[in-house]
Amino acid sequence: MARAKNTKNKQKEESKKPQIKASLAKARAAKSEKFKDTDEDLEKKAKKRSSAARSGEDAESMAKRQREISVSEFFAKNRHLLGFDNPRKALLTAVKEAVDNSLDACEEAEILPVVRVELKRLSEKLAESTEEEKEAALTKKSKRRAPTPTERFLLRIIDNGPGILPAQIPKIFAKLLYGSKFHRLKMSRGQQGIGISAAGMYGQMTTGIPVRIYSKLPKKDLAHFIELQIDTKSNKPVVLAEKEVKWPETFKSGTIVEITLEGRYQRGKSSVDEFILQNTLSNPHAHLSYIDPDGQKFDFPAKTKDLPEIPKEIKPHPYGVELGQFHRLASETSAKTIKKFLCTDFSRVSDKVAEAILKEAGVKDQAIAKLAPESLNKIHESIPKVEIMNPPTDCVVPIGENLIMETLRQKTGAEFFTATTRSPSVYRGNPFIVECALAFGGELGADEPMQVFRFANRVPLLFQPAACATTRVLGRIDWKKYGLNQSKNSLPVGPVAVLVHVASVWVPFTSESKEAIADYPEIKQEIRLAIQDCARKLSIHLSKRYRAAEAARKANYIDTYIPFIGEALQDMLKLSDKQKDTLIETLRDTLEKSKIEA
Amino acid sequence: MAKGSKVKKEDSKALQGIEDTAKDVYQKALKKQKPSLKLPIRSLSNVKYKAKTGFLELANQYKIRTLTYNTVKGFAQTLKMMASSKELIETNDHASKREMYYISKNWSEARFDEQTESDTVMDDIEAMMGVNREQLRFIPEEKGGEVAGKLTVIDRDRNTEKPIRIDCTGFGSGAYSIPISVEHLEFETSAKFILCIETAGMFQRLVAHNYWKTASCVLISMGGVPTRACRRFVRRLADSKKIPVYTFVDGDPYGIANIYRTLKVGSGNAAHINQYFCVPQATFLGITPQDIKDYELPTHPLKDVDIKRARDAIKNDPFFKAHKAWVNAIESMVKMGVRAEQQALAKHGLNYVIDEYLPQKLKNPGKFLP
Repeated sequence: MARAKNTKNKQKEESKKPQIKASLAKARAAKSEKFKDTDEDLEKKAKKRSSAARSGEDAESMAKRQREISVSEFFAKNRHLLGFDNPRKALLTAVKEAVDNSLDACEEAEILPVVRVELKRLSEKLAESTEEEKEAALTKKSKRRAPTPTERFLLRIIDNGPGILPAQIPKIFAKLLYGSKFHRLKMSRGQQGIGISAAGMYGQMTTGIPVRIYSKLPKKDLAHFIELQIDTKSNKPVVLAEKEVKWPETFKSGTIVEITLEGRYQRGKSSVDEFILQNTLSNPHAHLSYIDPDGQKFDFPAKTKDLPEIPKEIKPHPYGVELGQFHRLASETSAKTIKKFLCTDFSRVSDKVAEAILKEAGVKDQAIAKLAPESLNKIHESIPKVEIMNPPTDCVVPIGENLIMETLRQKTGAEFFTATTRSPSVYRGNPFIVECALAFGGELGADEPMQVFRFANRVPLLFQPAACATTRVLGRIDWKKYGLNQSKNSLPVGPVAVLVHVASVWVPFTSESKEAIADYPEIKQEIRLAIQDCARKLSIHLSKRYRAAEAARKANYIDTYIPFIGEALQDMLKLSDKQKDTLIETLRDTLEKSKIEA
Repeated sequence: MAKGSKVKKEDSKALQGIEDTAKDVYQKALKKQKPSLKLPIRSLSNVKYKAKTGFLELANQYKIRTLTYNTVKGFAQTLKMMASSKELIETNDHASKREMYYISKNWSEARFDEQTESDTVMDDIEAMMGVNREQLRFIPEEKGGEVAGKLTVIDRDRNTEKPIRIDCTGFGSGAYSIPISVEHLEFETSAKFILCIETAGMFQRLVAHNYWKTASCVLISMGGVPTRACRRFVRRLADSKKIPVYTFVDGDPYGIANIYRTLKVGSGNAAHINQYFCVPQATFLGITPQDIKDYELPTHPLKDVDIKRARDAIKNDPFFKAHKAWVNAIESMVKMGVRAEQQALAKHGLNYVIDEYLPQKLKNPGKFLP
């Protein structure tokens, strides 16, 4: 999401429209099944009335009601798309968006991140739900019509990032789809410029309390404080208060975000606690701390002092550009001619490649301003027909085999660990890389399903495991050969845990709430190969262990019975104890040697 | 036989065998070789029959049981049992098969879980030493059989060694029990033959009517397949008094192939001791397949297991294969598809067996099946 540092922001609202329309259609489909609140039903009806589907209307009367829908308005109605569909998930999503932003900002400024999350309960504490209720809430199968009881929280996220220029703060925190990350291709946690402002908007909608931001720039003595509201109709920030205040932290720069929101705090699976913990797995360079609503403090110091390599930003690869985006890029380019445009605005397009594309499209090189839209379409169509080198892959950075193995070790207490990092690969013109770690045995439960830790660009994915490419690949692998039980197409059962991290300049999620990785064959293939590599190493480990155990068992078996032979011979031949002991020793040696042959 | 008495000469073979085997194992072990035990294979496939000697004897197939990971437990158990046997001989004691099984419970990990396991090891040692298990001081649980008739058995008092004379005519409606060990017994008799009977019911009828007096014979109740002691008793009696042995069993494959065959030539899986535990002079009085027709006996159909047993006898048993008369008889029984019990003769009257059947048969002992 949006940090203003060095941002050349060329955003134009218009260019968003095709995308929004697509989301809208999707949202309607999703809404009809997901939303059962009475409030929502009313809204739906109102919407229906306002849409132009009634008889007796003419184009003019309809035109009166036809107006632009603000992005903020749209998301206010469809907050489930962003992960705010129930109070429990909303709380976690707000934490997640803020933490993602803080980590992204620190890394971009090449600062080792120190991030503190404070959750303060402002209302009465509610009893925790039973496990069944939690499960039902997560799977949305709850039949209860009554809204889930909620609690009120003050969420504070403090980081030691570079701070934000005062002028940028309102847009970043109170304007949807404003950000530095959507228009570039660079591996980062945030991608769209929605999350943090959506979190603020959610807080505002549920409590009416505005978002508060403190930002400290390194060169200033005082911090800048802003109180913000979002005007959902116009998708514009409203500044309620603004002043210079004393910076309460010791970092020389940083940001504090305060959101008051309704939510539900619960421990266990898919909880804020779990999210923070899993973040320590994927961000060993970050120092994270957390104060839970009951006042309990957790501190996770960084495990390494090396900042991860800074991912390089790349230009889009022609293979991955959709028609709409292609048109937009063409309209925004500073290049004068079409050929120049292809060469400068895309990666891996040389003069030769550009000429080949134009030749394929039957379009001559000309001034881009005079080019007919049809010709642009033709050029876009001919791109797949020309062979273009894969994009550079140094733009994706894995966490690293040793670090993910180490984190898995701390998380699981298993006895065997292995990890694999694949070479970077490409889907639809977007470079990506898959790494995987596997833990086996030790404290892991032998009768439980495999534990899966999913990460995308270092962000833990806690929801919708069944919809995720990772889980699907895991279920398709034949785990029986590794001694685990497995029913068809499901996760194996056994003392095993895997961590899968997919890093990309653009991770394809199944929805804007970024909960599951979409099913791209190229990505699934890489995940499969990474896991199979780990499983092979597990297999070798297990057969070694089996052989060692077998040898020990045999030696033990021999040791059990040899003394009886000694005793019997002593009785029959009246041997001395010393003779007997010598006999037993000799026999044992003879058998130990031969058992390998047997 | 009191404890602590001196080792007798007849025990020396067993003792020698145990010591030789133990020495061999010890020597090989010290030379860092894997010790091994040589055992004759105990099964019908390793048995031969010579009409001249008249019993099933072991052929020359052996198995070598080498001490390896897989055999270490059995090896230890075998040696432990040999040591037990040696101790029993030296202390002039004995243990029943069941007792031996319980003795092994002291061997912690090397103990036997089931008596069948210890019995098998016992049979192995017996075969390996070439002595019978009584000489190893292991004795069976089962009863030896019962005797009535014109016979005086001379036993000895356990403590004083004084002779005890037992008159087998003097048991009234009861009978004399054959002891487990019969080697020391002596006999006096004026009987003309020995009649070995399968069922206790038929034996009771013959005893109750003093058939032994009428026919001047010794009656033996085998109670199914005769025990070793029973076979040895009959053998010693018949040998010492030179009198014939006739067998009277049910007319079915079990009576023929199991009871009669074992009495006459010994058992298949204990062929290593058949030499002593067989009665080669025994012949088959009845009930023959021909009797079923001649006496119009009530029958039962042969079951699958009967037919299998009959076919097996003709095909695999060296004794029956050597006697054409038997092959024909068994084949005819299979063809008839029926069997008849001894007591089926009661159809013609309860004492028909005494008054008609046995006298008629005994007129022509030469025609008995071999």
